[in-house]
Formats: sequence, C-alpha cells, structure tokens
Amino acid sequence: MTNTCLTFRDLTLGYGSHPAIHHLDGTIRKGSLTAVVGANGSGKSTLMKGIVGVLKPMAGEVIRAPGVRAAYLPQQSELDRSFPARVVDLVSLGLWPRRGLLGRHTREDRDSVSQALMAVGLGGFEKRPIDTLSGGQLQRTLFARVLLQDADLILLDEPFNAVDAKTVGDLIALIKHWHGEERTIMVVVHDLDLVRQNFPETLLLARQPIAWGETRETLKPENLLRARRFHEAWEENAPWCEPDEHTHDHDHHGHAHDHDHEHHHGAGPRAA
Amino acid sequence: MDTLYGLFIAPFADFGFMQRALIGSLMLSLGACPVGVFLMLRRMSLSGDAMAHAILPGAAAGFLFYGLEILPMTIGGLIAGVIVALGAGAVSRFTIQREDASMAAFYLISLAIGVLMVSIRGSSVDLMHVLFGTVLALNDEALTLIGGIVAVTLVSLAIFWRALVAECLDPLFLRSVSRLGSPVHFIFLGLVVLNLVGGFQALGTLLSVGLMMLPAAAARFWTVRVEPMCVLAVLIGFASCIAGLLMSYHASLPSGPAIILSAGVVYFASILFGTRGILRARIIHHRHRTA
Repeated sequence: MTNTCLTFRDLTLGYGSHPAIHHLDGTIRKGSLTAVVGANGSGKSTLMKGIVGVLKPMAGEVIRAPGVRAAYLPQQSELDRSFPARVVDLVSLGLWPRRGLLGRHTREDRDSVSQALMAVGLGGFEKRPIDTLSGGQLQRTLFARVLLQDADLILLDEPFNAVDAKTVGDLIALIKHWHGEERTIMVVVHDLDLVRQNFPETLLLARQPIAWGETRETLKPENLLRARRFHEAWEENAPWCEPDEHTHDHDHHGHAHDHDHEHHHGAGPRAA
Repeated sequence: MDTLYGLFIAPFADFGFMQRALIGSLMLSLGACPVGVFLMLRRMSLSGDAMAHAILPGAAAGFLFYGLEILPMTIGGLIAGVIVALGAGAVSRFTIQREDASMAAFYLISLAIGVLMVSIRGSSVDLMHVLFGTVLALNDEALTLIGGIVAVTLVSLAIFWRALVAECLDPLFLRSVSRLGSPVHFIFLGLVVLNLVGGFQALGTLLSVGLMMLPAAAARFWTVRVEPMCVLAVLIGFASCIAGLLMSYHASLPSGPAIILSAGVVYFASILFGTRGILRARIIHHRHRTA
C-alpha cells in the first residue's frame, strides 16, 4: 500500500520476558494524526520506542515505508541539562539527519535553527545556556529540534507534561501545522478532552489495543471501561504465550479496515 | 632581566632533559586535557582514575618480561587498559549495572594483578617508577610515542566531535537518529586509555590522570561552552607543565607531582575566582536586572 507509513505485524515489545505491547497488528496511514492513549503501563511509550527502533521487538516487526525518516521526542529525555551547551547547540542537533557527523552547518542551517526557535516562540533564545531554561521552555526547545529534523514521521511521547495551558495551545498549533503538511504524527496524550478536540484518530492501548480508529468512536465509555480493567502488574508465573495459537486466532478476523463492529472497536485496523 | 631569564628560560635553554620534559608534557596536555573535559562532562572523572590503575598490570607485564623498557610497557598498558575499558563499558551498556560499579570491579581486579606482578620481580624502587613516572627521563622513543598519541587523539576528536557532544548532551536522541552512539562511547574510552598510557612514563600510572582531570575541572568554572572549555583546559595544562617543571628544577622536587600540584593550584584558584566560582556566585552577585 502506498499510503501506509507504518505497518505493525504481530508486534510484541517488552522487557525481560514480559510483553508491554502484545501482538499488535495494524497500519498507520501516511499523513494521519493519531493520539495514543491508555493507562500507566499500557505500553504507549514502549510502542514509541519500538517504532523509532531504540527497543528491539521480542516478536513480530514494525515496518516503515521506505524513505520515511522519524523524529522522536521521548517522555523521559536522557538530556543532560548540566552539559555546557546553549539553546542553539541543542536545537542544532536536529540538523543531524541532514548534515550527519561531518557535514558543515551552513549559513542557511543557522537561519533554519533561528526560524525553528521563532516558530516555538523562543526567538532570541539562541545564546541562552540550557540550564537556565524553565521546563516549558525546554520542552519548546525540543519541539524546535523536532521541527528542524524535518521528519516524515513524528513521534511525541507525552509532550504536554508540565507545560502550561498557553504553551500547550502553541504546541498543538504546531502539531496541526505539521498535520497540514501531510506529515504522519503519533502523540502519547493523557488528557482525553485534548484528544477529543484535536486528534482525528486514536489508538487506545492496554498492552493490547482496546480500540483503534476514529477518536469519537474509540473513546466511547465502554472502551474506556475495558481499558481501565486491564491488569497493569506483570505476573511472574503467567503462562507462556504460544505464538501458533495466537496467529490462528487472528486469522479469523480477516484484515484491516473492515468496519467490524462486532469486535468492540472503531473503524481502525483490527484490534483483538 | 637576568634573574627572570635565570628563573624561567635558562633551565629549558641550557638542559636537554628539561627541553624534552617540556615538549613531552606540553604534547601530553594538548591531547589529554580535551579528553579530560569530556570525561568530566560525562561524569566519568573517577572512571579516568580507575582506568589509570587498570593500566598497571599491562605495564607490569611488559616490565616483567623486558625490564624497564618503554615500548613493551606501553603496549602492555594499552592492552590492559583496552580490556578493562571495553569490559566495563560493555557490562554497563548491556546489563543493568552502571558504569561506576563495573569500572570499579574491573580496575580493582586489574590493580591487584598489577601489584602482584611487579612484586614478583621488581624491587620497590621499580614499583615507584611505574607508579610515579619520570618526566625528566623522556627519551626520543617516548617523545615519538607521545606525539603519535596526541595526533591520533586530536584527529579522532575532530572527526567525532559532533557525535561526542550529542552522546554527552542527549544520548537517546543520538540513538534515534544514528547508530554512532555505542561506537563513539568506545572510541572515547579508547582515547582515554591512549592518553593515560601516553602520560604514564612521564607522570606515572597514578598521576597521569591528574593532567587529564585537573585542568578540565578548573576550566569548568570559567565558561559555559564546550569549545572554549577545551581550549582553556589545554592552556591550564600548558601553564601547569611549565610551572611544575620549573619548580621541580629549582627546588629539586619530583617533577610529576610538581606538575599535578600546579594544576591543583589553578583548580583551587578557579573554584574561588572563576566566573562560575564561589566568590562570584555568593558575594559579588547581589545585584540583579529587572528582566
């Protein structure tokens, strides 16, 4: 399919032998804007890490359409704020996909750094040391870096944490602007009202996808209830998941995009 | 004028061994100080120390088989250092154990082996030589070796600069855009070992890390950017070497400790008077702007 950006094929991601994402199948359309919601421990961040490739799948695979470049804003950044760097140094890291290890940063590159900072409302912050930024300013700085990466696929993991209402508004506007540019965006969000207002599609996770598709449909009360009932803790002596049984089980559902309302989910790809 | 000349210039102008010591130690500063800056910024200052101890068994093995010869001891030290650096680095990268613990474990084992090996054959004078070095006895072989190490260090830093900065500043980001994260970490550890080995004939295994860390730690108090910090660290290293050698010459002190102590003096002065030091932060900075 040419308009597919990401394909999950029987994807299982996790830590140790315990899955955090369990047998996920489905596709992310090019140019779609998807919110990823779910309780703590439901596998949202894990899914992001799996897509960007910093976590290797335990089973199955994530297939990126050829040529798709991803930008990733992690929830728990490993950013060292005490490192002696200025805002411009941090944002310039976003030039890596374009310039790599040795490419010179040109005059235009420096201009695009300034423009990116301007776009997140931090014009003139270039020379500020990063240890003098507030939490919200740092978050916007990281958005500027994502902006500079000029990626086709943008993954944001709880980008609105500890950010004030006005900044959330600014960042949402930026996300919508990206959406308008036909970029594919996935955002982990906790605020369901925010999701209902701004995100056309939603993936509701509870280790397995509870529902996936149009936001209004996905966030129906019964789905939310099912998502809440999910058991967060690992069980040390949980039975081993037998792959054969599972594939067999899934085959009966047929493939994506058939509006299969029998199965408690919206218009999205299959969800078990 | 004559007294000034006598104090500062004559020792270097009149004695070949002083010239060699000067050239050797200045070259060492050029390579080791920038490496020290990154070591400090990665919060691995004590890893450098640990690594310096880890070099001992390799140097001791060289000493055991070939006597007090520079090349075998250097190669031995290099091998031991690389094994410990790779081992500790791999344990911290691929298991839950952090680098401080794995490094401590590896270097303690290594140090014990080293002391054991030196004591099998050598007298305590030899042990002292390995531990504390002799910058005043650098021969051509040693100078060439140090020159080579400096060249490799500077070229590697120039090539991997951006990745090294990214790996320190935001390692997860680097992993998301490039596969260079782990290689750069190991290349960097390699540079640390290389510079420690380069320093150990001049300053000894215990003190070679001093020329790496002290100028870097002092430079941290003066600037908020990496590039000037590296340049400043090198300059502090230069000054410490010159001051240390002169003190050693005039007061007949052992040269290695004199160099490191000079760097120590700069470090304490920087703590007090640096632009980010105690006095500026506590006393002078009472005035503030409106925005």
